[in-house]
Order: sequence, then structure tokens, then C-alpha cells
Amino acid sequence: MATTAPVAGAVGGRSARKRRSASSGSSLSAVSGLGLGVAMIWFSLLVLIPLAAVVVKASGGGWETFQDAVTNKQTLAALRLTVFTSIGVTALNMVMGTIIAWVLVRDRFPGKAILDLVIDIPFALPTIVAGLVLLSLYGPGSPVGVHASNTRLAVFLAIAFVTLPFVVRTVQPVLEEMETDVEDAAASLGASRFTTFRRVVLPTLVPAIFAGAALSFARGISEYGSLVLLSGNLPYRTEVTSVRMLSYLEGGDTASAAAVATILLVVALLAIVALDVIQRRVARRG
Amino acid sequence: MASSAVKNESSLVKWVLRLLVVGYLFFLVAWPTSLVAKETFAHGTQGIREALADPDVVHALQLTGQVAVAAVLINLVFGVGMSLLLVRFNFPGKRALSALIDVPLSVSPVVVGLALVLVYNGRFGWFGPTLEAGGLQVIFAKPGMIMATCFVALPLVIREVVPVLEEMGDDQEQAARSLGANAWQTFRRITLPGIKWAIVYGVVLSLARSLGEFGAVKVVAGNIGGETQVATVLVQQKYQNFQQETAYSMSFMLAFAAVLCLIVVALLRPKEDKK
Repeated sequence: MATTAPVAGAVGGRSARKRRSASSGSSLSAVSGLGLGVAMIWFSLLVLIPLAAVVVKASGGGWETFQDAVTNKQTLAALRLTVFTSIGVTALNMVMGTIIAWVLVRDRFPGKAILDLVIDIPFALPTIVAGLVLLSLYGPGSPVGVHASNTRLAVFLAIAFVTLPFVVRTVQPVLEEMETDVEDAAASLGASRFTTFRRVVLPTLVPAIFAGAALSFARGISEYGSLVLLSGNLPYRTEVTSVRMLSYLEGGDTASAAAVATILLVVALLAIVALDVIQRRVARRG
Repeated sequence: MASSAVKNESSLVKWVLRLLVVGYLFFLVAWPTSLVAKETFAHGTQGIREALADPDVVHALQLTGQVAVAAVLINLVFGVGMSLLLVRFNFPGKRALSALIDVPLSVSPVVVGLALVLVYNGRFGWFGPTLEAGGLQVIFAKPGMIMATCFVALPLVIREVVPVLEEMGDDQEQAARSLGANAWQTFRRITLPGIKWAIVYGVVLSLARSLGEFGAVKVVAGNIGGETQVATVLVQQKYQNFQQETAYSMSFMLAFAAVLCLIVVALLRPKEDKK
């Protein structure tokens, strides 16, 4: 299981373990207190203050600037495209990701290890390279005769590419932990293959599927790099939110850029909160 | 694995699923990725050699390397320290901090760039003018690019090290302490060997992420010719300037580095499982 890291950590029972270790922790000494202080200063300078600056900038121009930026037709079109495409891709990932995880865990055939490695390629590949990669097959001069560049299909393809591993990597460990005897029991009692899957396997997988879906959605709406070359960034047609934000910034309108960025931040945060709720429910059940 | 349900699974369903998965991955990932290699080596190694003869390319690759190494080192120190603090100590706000650490993973790269620009740019940033008066230019310069890279790769080391630290428990550390080892000795002799592999994965993953960062670095670096152009940004520029062969060659090098990182992690990981 190559790099399950970025995702598996999100679901791999970290919150369940956290509780146990909390009791064994000691209180801060002088050295560790100093360490915590330095770490917090760096974390604030790098992450907290800049993110706060985005929100402050967005609200700084008053509600009107915010409203203008958000109700701007082109921005709305970009938001709509980004959100709907991400939802579509996430739905596809929930189905395909589960099937891929199933095949990786339960099926055996030569070359499966390579398949496992291929899953991680979208994580490891630089996003701009991911765009170029897709362009070479689905762009002009495509060997399969599909010219998806500068269309909405390209946006869909790019987001599907970069979010591919999320559901697979969250479902896979759960499926590996699962014993097959319950399935055997259901099968021996006369349940069909499909009934067994629907009644026995699926309920166990649902939390993991949704956790992967939340991550995949958050990644989808924030995608930028893979779309730059592929989608053509045509206003009203293939321009996504992050490209729109960047064009505000390049045009010197930082307040509007911050407003759009705030929306992206809020949507991503909502996805993370949803993920946390799901995780806690799983931890309680386990 | 010899369970009857698995055995009895109709071979038709099995084959359909297998084909579906292989087909999906082939068309979405494997084929396009292999095409980049094909485009790169369309004229043998000439494409790569020409790309490497271009001073812009060499400069961009060097810059990418410097920025990535600096960011990985910072994240390594921060990550290991933060993991130890989160797992071994109690302090108010620990849970909130542990949740906040993961935020960078879900923030859009362009938003990361914007956030840093708003705080550190020399004209209207919160700290930028002061820093620039002190002689430190952050935005449109290397410090900003390193910060942007640090931001996007921040949680990767922590995510690897924290579960291992929790799994390990602190019995051995307490034993070492009670036998008279000081904090540094305990860390070096007991804790470090235990989390060694987790740190290695974390570093490799961070390196892959740092080498490939595009959006955040692009916003922070601005468009100052060759000065602050990292490899990924140059790929975009070369492609748009119709120097596609160079773009493909650079992409191949970046992809090669990324896949190499993946293989290193894949090879290292089972070692720890066996232990």
C-alpha cells in the first residue's frame, strides 16, 4: 500500500487514538513550553495570520464589496461550474473509488501492485504536469480523437484526475480490516452477492466513503494547477473559481480576490467539519 | 483469503469489475502519464538535452531544488517538534491546534498565495513594509516562495509521525528517564529510532509535494522573468510559448522525481510492517 499517507491519516482512527494518549501526556516543562511557543509563532506567521488577513480583507471593504464580488455574473458562473463539477466528480469518485478499493483488496491478479502505485500518481504528480498529462491524451492531437481541451469536460477530467486517490485510500484500509466471515455467513444463509454487498459490506464502508468524498470535494473546488493549461479558462464557460480569484488579484482588486477566497475557505472548512463529524461517529461506533 | 464468499463470487462480476477498474485507471492515469514520457523521448534524449542547455530551465530547476529543500527542512523540524508536543504533552487548546494543523491540506493553493501576499507584500501588507524596511523582501522573492511551499506541505510530516508516536506509547521513554537519561538522550536513543521510518516517509512525501507546488508559489513569486521562476511555473510558460518539447521534458523530469518518491515510500513501508 504505497502512500496512503495524506488521506489515510485523515481517517485512520487518529481521533480514536487521540483520546487514549491524552491521559498519558505530561504537562509542559520549560523546554517543551519554549518549543511550543516557537512552533506556535511560526504556525501563526505562516498559516493563521495570513488566513485571517484574507477574511479581514474580504470584510474590510464592507458588505457591499463582498456582495459585488460574489454577485458578479462571471464569478457566479465560475462558482457554479466549480461546485457542480466537484459534486459530479465526487459522486463518480464515491462509486469508482469504492469499486477500485474493492478490487485492490479482494481481487488477486498479476500486476495488482502496479495498479496500487498508479492510484498514487495523481497525488505525487505536480498539478501543472497533471494538466499537461491529460492534455496529451485528451487535447489537440489526441491519439484517441477526443478534443476535450477548453471544454467543461476538461474541467471534469482534471478534477477527476487529481481527486482519484481520496476515496480509494480511505475505503481501502477499512475493507482490509473487515473479516470475510460475516459475508460468508450472509452468503451461506442464501443472500445473493448483491444483497450481501448492500446489507453487510456497504454499511461498514459508508463512513469511509463519505470521508473520502469530503476530502475529494474540498480538493475539487480548490483545484488550480491542473486546469491552467487544460481548461483554457474561458470566462462563463470553463473558468473555475480559483482562476477567477487569481484574475481579480492580478487586476489589483485584492478585496474582491479576498472575497472569493473567503468563499473557497468557508466551503473547504465546511467539508472538513463534515469529515470530522463523520470521523467522530465512526470512532464512537468502534 | 480462502473464504467461501470470496471464492464463490461469480467470476463474471469479478472480471467486469477488474476490467472496469483497469480501464478507468488506464484511461485516466496510466495512458496519459505514459504519453508524457513518449513525447519527451520522441526524438531520443535530444529533448532533455536541449532543455538542460536552456539557462532558464537550469535556473528554474535549481530554484525549485533550493526552495523545496529549505521548505522540507523547516517542515521536518516543525513537524517532529509539533508531533512530540501534540502526543506527549497536555496543554490548553491542544485539540483545536491538532485540527488547525490539517487546514493547509484543504486550502486552495491560490488562496495560500493570496493570504501570504496580503500579509507580507511590501506595499500594503500587514508586516511587509516593516520587513522590507528591515531589508527582508518576502513576496516576489525566495522567502515567500519557501513560506508558500512550507504552507502547502505543512501537515505531511506530522500526519506520518503522530500515529507512530501514539502507537509507541511512552513507557520506554519513562524508563529511560527514570534510569537517568536526560531529555535529549531519551529523544535520540529511544524516541528517534522508533519514529525514524515515519519521518522518512513524511520527508519523502513533503519533498514530492514541495517540488511540484504550482499555484501558491506562482502567486507569491509574481512574474519576474527568470528571477523567481520555479520549474512548474516554467512548464506553463514554455507550453504557452509553444516550446512544447521543453515543457514536456521538464514535466517528465518533475514526474520522474515524483514517481521516484512514490517508489521509495512503497519500498520502505513494508519494512516497518514486518518489524
